[in-house]
Amino acid sequence: MAPGGRPSLSRRGFLTGFPARNAALAATGGLLAAHVARPEARAAGTLRPPGAQPEGDFLATCLKCGQCVSACPFYALRLARPGAAHAIGTPYFEPREIACQMCEGVPCARACPSGALDAAVAIKDARMGIAVLVDQENCLAYLGLRCEACYRACPMSGEAIQLEFSSQARTGKHAFFLPKVRGDTCTGCGRCENACVMDSPAIRVLPREIAVAQGAESYRIGWREDAVITGDFPAAEQAPAVDNLDAVLQSMGDTRALEDSP
Amino acid sequence: MRARYPYLVARRLAQASVIAVLWGGAHLGWSLARGDLSSTLLLGTVPLSDPFALLQVLATGHLPATTALLGGALTLGAYWLLGGRAWCAWVCPVNPVADMAGWLRRRLSPRGLLEIDGEARLWVAAGLLALSAIVGTPAFEAVSPIGALQRDLVYGLGAGLLVVPLLLLLDTLVLRHGWCGSLCPLGGFWSVVGAASVVRVRFDVARCDRCGDCAIVCPESQVLRFGDMERTGLVRSGDCSNCMRCVEVCPRDALHLGTRFHSNSHSPEGSENATRQSA
Repeated sequence: MAPGGRPSLSRRGFLTGFPARNAALAATGGLLAAHVARPEARAAGTLRPPGAQPEGDFLATCLKCGQCVSACPFYALRLARPGAAHAIGTPYFEPREIACQMCEGVPCARACPSGALDAAVAIKDARMGIAVLVDQENCLAYLGLRCEACYRACPMSGEAIQLEFSSQARTGKHAFFLPKVRGDTCTGCGRCENACVMDSPAIRVLPREIAVAQGAESYRIGWREDAVITGDFPAAEQAPAVDNLDAVLQSMGDTRALEDSP
Repeated sequence: MRARYPYLVARRLAQASVIAVLWGGAHLGWSLARGDLSSTLLLGTVPLSDPFALLQVLATGHLPATTALLGGALTLGAYWLLGGRAWCAWVCPVNPVADMAGWLRRRLSPRGLLEIDGEARLWVAAGLLALSAIVGTPAFEAVSPIGALQRDLVYGLGAGLLVVPLLLLLDTLVLRHGWCGSLCPLGGFWSVVGAASVVRVRFDVARCDRCGDCAIVCPESQVLRFGDMERTGLVRSGDCSNCMRCVEVCPRDALHLGTRFHSNSHSPEGSENATRQSA
């Protein structure tokens, strides 16, 4: 190095001393800020490969190595680019481009080294998302036209998408052939979304945590054939001891007055 | 014809072939290696994984699957042998960028560059492990310029290439040898491994005439502590990336590739000398 090219000793000591720590702190802070500012919430369009852990665990475990992407024989999977809505470097697929073809051997999940994808998943147990008829108004079937493109594209046709028939009052002699998604069997492969004949699809696959209502287990659907009527409700660990029911009811507002009224 | 800088050529070849092999795995279906630098499957059987990425996963409270853990252990073992930061000099795609910035600095001699000592990257690494535990995702992997660049090189070019001009600007105009030398937490992690690793640069004090050519080319010149090298006969610091620039520029052949335990010198006289020094 030419003389003078290097800082003098004292200046160098200054630069490697206290301000250096500050700069290191600032740099770490910068990385932290970049991390916090990046899109953290899962975009509605982020569909993970089959066997993916719940999104939080998936993001914690995925090493962003892309072995699932290379293993997909249909080139459906991609790694998120910097600035994309999806967390950087993580795999996703877009059904409208290429839907998951539900390979029997699930090569993508088998290739995952980290466990972010469950390597043992059976493809019919995969829950990549759930198909939702997002635009019933413009769905051709609901207009009374014969379409059923989604129903026929579904690899579990008749299970994951069923056709419901009803008579059409407008003409009085035609029928509606309405696609209905069964949430308990739909894997979210997206073949329906891919097949929808509209320019922008009327049926879309959404991540389950966005599309599925929570809390249904609190209600008993007594009229369904598959519902087991036992009369058993999960007992509380310990029933609250009530010595003076009247006083309690009084303090809650006298509900008996309501019950007694006709 | 003998290359003037054989190790430099070998390193560029190694860096390029690693990316080429992974690119072929992603695009042409080669089975030599599948994946990228964070996790790879060699020949369909041998897993390799970035141990620092796995540490971040562990910090989030998640246990990676056995394949990744085994891959991490194999990778750690390999670089314990080869020299921890050998990863930086021989594999990492940011290394050519940092070297180019060094070349630019020598030509432009920019004034007012900040300098931070290499210890900072240990703190960055520790901070990012703590951050991983707080936010619940591997924090460095989310912002890593190495990850962004190598993913683009392997899986398809895109915005990750912005890393190249950004790091060139940082290293040339703001912070001397800033990314690799001061900030990179992955380099910090490997320097901890390198502090105990087997393959090291050995020093033959009898041949050295203190010309200082090695210190000029060394990207981590703090590792060339002559007193210590004279006493132990080797470059001990884990910050040394085994890039071998010093070895190939030394006009007196005083530095050579060896191990922590014994010299690998071409000259019997030199090896005898080094052995005596370390004894």
